[in-house]
Amino acid sequence: MAGEHQNGTLVLEVKDLDVRIEGGGGSFLVVRDMAFAVARGETLAIVGESGCGKSMTALTLLRLHPPAATVERGFVCVDGQDVLALPRAALEDIRGEGIGMIFQEPLTALNPVMTIGDQIAEALRRHRDIGRRAAARRAIELLDLVRMPDPDHRARLYPHQLSGGMRQRAMIAIALSCEPAVLVADEPTTALDVTIQAQILGLIRDLQQRLGTALVLITHDLGVVAEMADTVIVMYAGRRVEVAHVNDLFDRPLHPYTRALMTAAPHLEAADGAKSMLMEIKGAVPPPWDMPQGCPFAPRCGLTLDRCRVEEPPLVKKRDGHLAACWEVPDAA
Amino acid sequence: MLTYTIRRLALFVPMAAGMVIVTFSLLLLVPGDPAAVLLGQEASPEDIARLRMALGLDDPWFARLGRYFAALLQGDMGRSIFQNQPVAGVIGERLGATVELALAALMVAIVLGFVLGIAAAMWQASWVDTACMLLAQLGVSMPVYWLGILLMLAFAVQLGWLPSIGRGEPLLAAAGMALAGNPGPLLKSLSHLVLPALALGVNSAAIISRLVRTSMIEVLGEDFVRTAYAKGLRRPRVIVRHALRNALLPVISVIGLRFGALLGGAVLTESIFGWPGLGQLTIAAISQRDIPLIQGIVLTYAMMFAVVNLLVDLSYALIDPRVRLG
Repeated sequence: MAGEHQNGTLVLEVKDLDVRIEGGGGSFLVVRDMAFAVARGETLAIVGESGCGKSMTALTLLRLHPPAATVERGFVCVDGQDVLALPRAALEDIRGEGIGMIFQEPLTALNPVMTIGDQIAEALRRHRDIGRRAAARRAIELLDLVRMPDPDHRARLYPHQLSGGMRQRAMIAIALSCEPAVLVADEPTTALDVTIQAQILGLIRDLQQRLGTALVLITHDLGVVAEMADTVIVMYAGRRVEVAHVNDLFDRPLHPYTRALMTAAPHLEAADGAKSMLMEIKGAVPPPWDMPQGCPFAPRCGLTLDRCRVEEPPLVKKRDGHLAACWEVPDAA
Repeated sequence: MLTYTIRRLALFVPMAAGMVIVTFSLLLLVPGDPAAVLLGQEASPEDIARLRMALGLDDPWFARLGRYFAALLQGDMGRSIFQNQPVAGVIGERLGATVELALAALMVAIVLGFVLGIAAAMWQASWVDTACMLLAQLGVSMPVYWLGILLMLAFAVQLGWLPSIGRGEPLLAAAGMALAGNPGPLLKSLSHLVLPALALGVNSAAIISRLVRTSMIEVLGEDFVRTAYAKGLRRPRVIVRHALRNALLPVISVIGLRFGALLGGAVLTESIFGWPGLGQLTIAAISQRDIPLIQGIVLTYAMMFAVVNLLVDLSYALIDPRVRLG
């Protein structure tokens, strides 16, 4: 299913993805009509507030979504294989080898009773035909690759003996151990100190370029998006509200939600040198069991037209390579 | 791990001393004069007083405690008043049988408990889960003596597959003979062991299975289990290497506590199955107010319990690096 993209071979394609969650006295679509494609070496950022469905989307890519969630419709293709249709054994083959994942909280995502060296070697031995010793050596090399200081020694340590940044380095080493074509990083720096965040992001970008990995980066941080992404999807209430190249998005954000996100992000100085006010977006993402009629952002939007409260705007092309779902923004000619 | 072991072993010494003192003082508080019991109802007060003197019962408590301690250090637990033999020897004859029974029952409890618990957790909220937990409920509710009699009726009386009472050769000795080419005694010993071990172990198996289920369900929802799946690991490996090992931690401490319950339950089981262990001896010693023997037995139970708890703590450290590395 791999096709040609503007800058290379597509290794990840998602189409028409709907994810439904059962529970809490009903069933709700938490991801609607999701679609994207990522080529080798390319970075796609999915950005949005908590509860907008971005983590659920990420988990679905490896079919790791919780049992309460079901994929109602759609298609996820990793390196030419339809993840959602694969039998279990083939799915397990592609996890780690075709697509790797980095999680948000490295302390809980690592097994507390196994050394990190063993946890890396385990992934290697699962997908590569190598012996115990060779895997242990390779694990140390990988720790060195993720710039873990003193990798020989650190490989023998347990997660609780490492700092948060080192744990995330170990997590990255696990995810990249078998050089997957696609790397999914779900808020990889959210749990880390600000000073460490930049290091970890730099490391992910370096390795991505070196290995030619396609990266799907889930984040709520527009600073991270600006730093890392080629293409950006802004999600709101389970659906894409804006899709654009990173430069277009920051130069000319179209959707009122994206614009609100940008004013809500802290800046040291505004463009004219004056200190800018930190704005917040009033209200919260509507929960899936209480979706308003029409545009889900309408209750928090400053530009609401009458139509917004009645009819949900479709995601359409507003400018070249720039999609948005908003009645207020004029469509491309 | 070595420092942890040494630290934990060092803790054992004051604990053992404490157990000796508690054992000793409990008997000071119990009513009844052993000299009077020993001489029977017809004895004159003068005879009783003379015997009290001879047994050293009139000395102040600290002198008696000191004597007791000194003797214990030389392996002397005193003489049984009624059997007129060294307590250590009397207990020694019976100890092996009880330990054998308790360990066999513990094996039953662990194997059954883990199989049922893991199955229930893996197929949570399915018919497998319901069936396993129904069995567990049954096992918890069934008293040892009732289950023992049922088992005896079914397998010994009706089916005639297994002997109903008694014990074969000590298991270790029988295993030795089997290695030397004579498997007969081993098979006989095992056939005698099966029913009492089942009767005694089922209750603990039920408790362990419920705990394993809860613990496994909790661990299976942890992030690192998801990481293990994200690596592409096969399900059995995720269950055993990642989930089970973490789920073991709360279970192990309960297994240690269950061993205490097994020693207690062994008193009943031994009576039902005519198993020549400490349990029967305990009942006899208490009814005869054979104080040195009671002291010896209580101390032996306490020491066994302490040793098991020591093993529990050590295995805890073996499994969880956070315990041994602090």
